[in-house]
Amino acid sequence: MENINKNISELHDLLVNKKVTSEELIKESIAKCHEIQEKTNSFVMILDDAKPTDVTDSLLSGIPYGMKDNFSTKGIVTTGSSNSLKDYVPFFDATVIKKLKEAGAVGVTKTVLDEFGMGCTGTTGHTGIVHNPWSYKRSASGSSSGSAASVACGVYPFALGSDTGDSIRKPAAYTGIVGYKPTYGMVSRYGLFPYASSLDTVGCLTRSVEDAAIVVDAIKGIDENDMTSWDSSDIKLKENLDGEVKGKKLFYIKEICDISNYANPSDELKEHLDNFKKTVELCKSLGMGVEEVNVDKTLLNALPPTYVVVSYAEATSNMSNLTGISFGPRGEGDNVMDMIKDHRTKGFSPLIKRRFVIGSYVLQSENQEKYFLNAKRVRRLIVNKMNELFNKYDALILPVGSGPAKYLDENMNIYNGENNVLEEHLQIGNYGGYPSITIPNGFVSKLPVGVNITGKVKDDINVLNIAYALESKMDYKNQLAREVE
Amino acid sequence: MEYKVVIGLEFHCEMKSHTKVFSRGLNGYNKTPNSNIDPIDMAFPGTLPVLNKECVKKSIMMASILNCKIPEYMTFDRKNYFYPDLPKGYQLTQFFNPVGTNGYIDIDVNGTNKRVFVHDIHLEEDAASLDHYYNTSTIDYNRAGVPLLELVTEPCINSADEAIAFLEQVRNIYQYTDISECDSKKGQIRCDVNVSIMNENDTELGTKVEVKNVNSFANIRETINYEIKRQSELKSSGRYNEVIQETRRYDDESGTTIHMRSKVDAIDYKYFTEPNIPRFKISEELVNEIKNNIPMLANDRKAKYISEYSLSEYDASVLVKDKKVSDYFEECISYGCNPKSACNWITTRLLGELNKNEISIDEVYIKPNMINELVQLVENKKISSDQAKKVFTYMLEENITPLEIVKKYEMEVIEDSGLIESLVNEVISENEKAISDYKNGRTNMLDYLVGQVMNKSKGKANPSEAKNKMLEKLS
Repeated sequence: MENINKNISELHDLLVNKKVTSEELIKESIAKCHEIQEKTNSFVMILDDAKPTDVTDSLLSGIPYGMKDNFSTKGIVTTGSSNSLKDYVPFFDATVIKKLKEAGAVGVTKTVLDEFGMGCTGTTGHTGIVHNPWSYKRSASGSSSGSAASVACGVYPFALGSDTGDSIRKPAAYTGIVGYKPTYGMVSRYGLFPYASSLDTVGCLTRSVEDAAIVVDAIKGIDENDMTSWDSSDIKLKENLDGEVKGKKLFYIKEICDISNYANPSDELKEHLDNFKKTVELCKSLGMGVEEVNVDKTLLNALPPTYVVVSYAEATSNMSNLTGISFGPRGEGDNVMDMIKDHRTKGFSPLIKRRFVIGSYVLQSENQEKYFLNAKRVRRLIVNKMNELFNKYDALILPVGSGPAKYLDENMNIYNGENNVLEEHLQIGNYGGYPSITIPNGFVSKLPVGVNITGKVKDDINVLNIAYALESKMDYKNQLAREVE
Repeated sequence: MEYKVVIGLEFHCEMKSHTKVFSRGLNGYNKTPNSNIDPIDMAFPGTLPVLNKECVKKSIMMASILNCKIPEYMTFDRKNYFYPDLPKGYQLTQFFNPVGTNGYIDIDVNGTNKRVFVHDIHLEEDAASLDHYYNTSTIDYNRAGVPLLELVTEPCINSADEAIAFLEQVRNIYQYTDISECDSKKGQIRCDVNVSIMNENDTELGTKVEVKNVNSFANIRETINYEIKRQSELKSSGRYNEVIQETRRYDDESGTTIHMRSKVDAIDYKYFTEPNIPRFKISEELVNEIKNNIPMLANDRKAKYISEYSLSEYDASVLVKDKKVSDYFEECISYGCNPKSACNWITTRLLGELNKNEISIDEVYIKPNMINELVQLVENKKISSDQAKKVFTYMLEENITPLEIVKKYEMEVIEDSGLIESLVNEVISENEKAISDYKNGRTNMLDYLVGQVMNKSKGKANPSEAKNKMLEKLS
């Protein structure tokens, strides 16, 4: 009988009642990982020698999970899905890895990401393209591509992810699962390979809101190694999941959700927005108020370019440690500067080189005021606007993306101009460090789509509760991927 | 022809602290390369900076001593450039918002007061150190992340003498506050020297030449004097256009400066604020607490020595010039030693010995408790002051304590009045002529006679006792 596709509480009960052992679960998980690897290419590595752990009071004890390959794992190759670190073996564990070890969870895979978390297609990792398990012709999105695809396949109940613009929440939507990005600083980033430090957030991908709460309960907490982390010991996520949402006030943004904003909407877009409306109605049926709010289009249109400037600038600096001098493959050259150049030329994919060039350009002293500092100002304006709305409302609800997962042969980095904001609005969550969760809310063209709930800083309990209540009214809890085309 | 000289200094000094400024790596000299390191010192992926409170407090202390404006928030910035000694590919520094700005400090230049204006002082991290061999180079990360304070003056210094007086004063403060040892022998100081010249009545500054990384006060003086001479010669001969805005380096062997790069090659450091260190509120309470804990500086100690210990202005100045000497002196006092006696031993004998042997006061065998022992021996009349001088010499030569010396050389003063009396009688019987001369009014013969008694006792007789006995017998 298959156990590994069950959720965390069910697995914990089986383990405690000795219906199954940790060893059996891990064996089953690893076998299933090998099974899906050929078609999805989710893994940089499957840890065949993963050891079972004792079953304790900890809900995660004995249970296998997936590690996005940008978390430093002691003694295990960690690549960031980049040639620049293809054989790098860290000598320390990321704080989240350490915490999960302490909770008894067993990492069984290193999952593929878009190189260093940059990108949203699952196509730039050094081990090749990740395929969406619902349709292998489609992208699983990214950058937590392997984590999303593998959780959707039911090889374990959860995987770690990181989210700088939407890297947890978007792949979750496109693979029909739950993706949760907690408030910035709730989970330590120590040991996470950085992309853009002011936006990077550690979170998880699961198949239920409850599992997301359990995982983040285990990995959150103040960390003396991360000055941006804060004490959340009084926040107990799982304990507070009661589905009590009556009287909560939600809002959505008209300029994003209304079909009239799009001159030539595709059928898929229409279907997607209609489906979103149904979810809004569902919210109302749960006793929540949902209001349509207008936000200045100029501000919304500034979301994607602001992201480009802020995140690429931080990225170009964050990745300046990758020189091949003290770790990573040593470059060739007659002098050390040429060796660094060679390492970086060979180590990075064209996409992130492009981002480095842009990041460097916007930081140059003659451009800094015009691009970088203005982008930071726009970020502040967006956050101010959102904070103002969060004073009135409990949460923001929006559809994720413009439809289902894209075909891998489409040029996925260039969106239809008018869909830009629809595709990129999840960045709001990173600008303000807001808690944000995506859950599946139906199908478009037989493929899963998602809805996102974002709330005010440190109000994770509320955000999860709204998602939890919605999830209970829909049929997609514990949803597993099935090939549909 | 003499021109007006304008100098600005950027003085980098390694701070003293338990750990590094952004990591748990130890901040201390270690001769084994790559042993004082934490993962962040080598910039392994995923490591994050954690700011050292001790360094923050010390930097605020220095900013207050320099009368700087202290900002409301403390922030750090990344200075981005590639170099093999810079593991992260950026240096954490304070570019936009230094811990201190717009300060000043009054210094004494050969007896004249001068106010030097401080543009800013900021806290930053040092890079790793590189060693180059024939066909290979090595990197030692022990120094990576060591805290540095960089003090930037306004271009308001007008001679090498002023520059050195300023730096000596700053070094003195660093040492008295324990912020830094400021030891050039340990490579703890580096100075970028900016020099330009102009006609006395010009309103616009001349072309600024920067000489980077000069690493001792002596070299800073030479750098300044060489640049003044080089620029003046060019200006005098009508070739001032050959003085260009450039970065040079000081060459130790030739005592000259050499071109490194011109302004057009200047690096764009693409500064931006470090997102991993949340801005930190510098409260008024914190600043006041730090100000109240500023240790007594040299001038305060000097005043105390004069008023409380009745030392002369000159002696007090000598004692406070080097904090280690001043600390040594105060340790003597803490044992109950008479301040004047301690001061005399230190200023007349000990410092001379240190100079002669080119060692510092903590390297000499004689410790404050021994100075006290010596002073006590004299005060308790166990030895004479002449003997004390010998004891001091023996201490240096034989590395044994005053008490051990007195024992070894049987120096203890003879207090036994019977013994002294018999010696006096002996001298009287052997010096009839001298005695009659004395009685005929040659009173200076008394010293001669007492001297004879001292000789007979091998210098051990209590001299005043010998004199009293002699007077008694002669009357």
